[in-house]
Amino acid sequence: MNAIRRTASEKLFDYINVFLVLVILLVILYPLLFVVFASVSDPRLMFEHPLLLWPKGFNVESYAKVFENKDIWMSYKNTILYTFVGTMINIIMTTIGAYPLSRRHFYGKGIFTFLFTFTMFFSGGLIPSYLVNKQLGIVNTMWVLVLPGAVSVFNLIIMRTYFQTRIPVELEESAYVDGANDFHLLYKVVLPLSTPIIAVMLLFYGVGHWNSYFEAMIYLSDRSLFTLQLILREILVQNQMDSMLSVSVDEQYAERMIVKEGLKYAVVVVSSLPLLIIYPMLSKFFEKGILVGAIKG
Amino acid sequence: MPSTNVAATAVPANTPKRQTRFMDVKKKLKKSAVLYLIIAPVVVYFAIWAYWPMYGVQIAFKNFMPGVGIWGSPWAGFHHFERLFNSYYFGPIVRNTIAISLYSILIGIPTPIILALMFNELRSKRFKTIAQTISYAPHFISVVVAVGMLLFFLSPTNGVINALIELFGGTPKSFLSQPGSFWSIFVWSGTWQGIGWASLIYTAAMSGISPDQYEAAYIDGASKFRRIWHITLPGIAPTIVILSILSVGGIMSVGHEKILLLQNGLNLETSEVISTYVYKSGIQNAQYSFSAAIGLFNNVINFAILLLVNTVARRINETSLW
Repeated sequence: MNAIRRTASEKLFDYINVFLVLVILLVILYPLLFVVFASVSDPRLMFEHPLLLWPKGFNVESYAKVFENKDIWMSYKNTILYTFVGTMINIIMTTIGAYPLSRRHFYGKGIFTFLFTFTMFFSGGLIPSYLVNKQLGIVNTMWVLVLPGAVSVFNLIIMRTYFQTRIPVELEESAYVDGANDFHLLYKVVLPLSTPIIAVMLLFYGVGHWNSYFEAMIYLSDRSLFTLQLILREILVQNQMDSMLSVSVDEQYAERMIVKEGLKYAVVVVSSLPLLIIYPMLSKFFEKGILVGAIKG
Repeated sequence: MPSTNVAATAVPANTPKRQTRFMDVKKKLKKSAVLYLIIAPVVVYFAIWAYWPMYGVQIAFKNFMPGVGIWGSPWAGFHHFERLFNSYYFGPIVRNTIAISLYSILIGIPTPIILALMFNELRSKRFKTIAQTISYAPHFISVVVAVGMLLFFLSPTNGVINALIELFGGTPKSFLSQPGSFWSIFVWSGTWQGIGWASLIYTAAMSGISPDQYEAAYIDGASKFRRIWHITLPGIAPTIVILSILSVGGIMSVGHEKILLLQNGLNLETSEVISTYVYKSGIQNAQYSFSAAIGLFNNVINFAILLLVNTVARRINETSLW
């Protein structure tokens, strides 16, 4: 592209483009920055003038309240556990599902591929799945959050394509000649060469577990098993909706709400920060992962 | 005699052939034996959590009673479907579902393409990478937090948007209690959250276009817009088609997760969609058969539309899902 010399109008185009990109980034980023600023601002000042370009006053009281809150702690621990166990299951299942489908001599590849991909386009639906989980007796346990979504067909296809295209055929053949079977081949040759795609899968699945609330909401009734997103839903959405819809506003009510408000911003930061810190580090990997998926959708 | 001759030669010729084919299959199966062992847990997974629910779909045609199970429950024919089609909320939930889908598609398909084109024209590689990484940060925020943040901004008492409105002399509004603004709130907040992530796949496709093409076009005197129009867009056309097929194929399904969070009694007339209705009647009110029928109706229509769109796409420009 460097061979192309820019005319004056093209230079203008580039400047306008950079400007527009900056505006878009600002719009995307502002809500996130707003929450961070708001979480360290004085909630009383915030309540009167919610427009923020920089923190108003300074307080860490909201964060102290978050750390004092037993529900948040408990659910945070649960979420870490479910995310860890769930993601491990996801990675193992996706790998052992994708690997055979990537082998050329695998007899019956077409049937398996069809049976797996068909479920992407047609499913029993919410109620039959709910009844299956009920019948299995896993409702109200951790397993209902980690087993039913153990394999995502979309990720399975991405992984299969990676195995097909990125593992040199010569390596496999020499392994076969040396007398290795497919099992050895998978964990001695294929897996060591697949760190980029596994990193991608860790992030895709991990984010899914960390952020999901619906399954936890319909399957968990025991409060000690609740996930972070369920507690967040109570704090951020249910209370807010209630207060928006209630008509009577007394003096104390306003004071209570102001204190609660500070907690909300802090809890958003505490719950979302881990992912927002991790993802840029892995971004190189998953831009590649998407590329692999894009080639053979 | 020629007739017996034919029979005599046909029989022995047939048996070894069949036998070799059988041996062939046996050999292939044996060669794949370890692979079957490896894939077995995944097959079990799909059997339990994908195909067992499909078997369970038959409760849509039965009066499901938990005590006697799926098999023992009595048949009800199309009773649940008739009840659905005749109910007064059937029209509104189908209308809301399609309207929200169409609105999402109309905004959700072009905006990431435009953003990807803008990123693609950035001359500084470094700035491009940073800009792109920032653009998909909201993708990593959960639905619950995203809706929570939306409420910070839209709150009638201390929301940012209303503070802005007041600053310019307007009167604050309670956005989420107005049925008229629900669709826009849903779609545009979704754009905020998804535009960067969706643009990734297009920039990936654009990076596969050869630079020679641009240089040749430049030498021929093509302007920047012409280069975008005649090289970049055709280069990503297959990706656009595939993603469009998928979104049009899902026109009858609007995810319940975000809508359930944004819903309240005042915006219900525009916010109730098929999936939220299935959740409410099935999980909350335990009308299993009735809501399984709604779900099935929804899935069948989705699947039919997907097949249709895919066929049309294949006829027109040879890019399709299968």
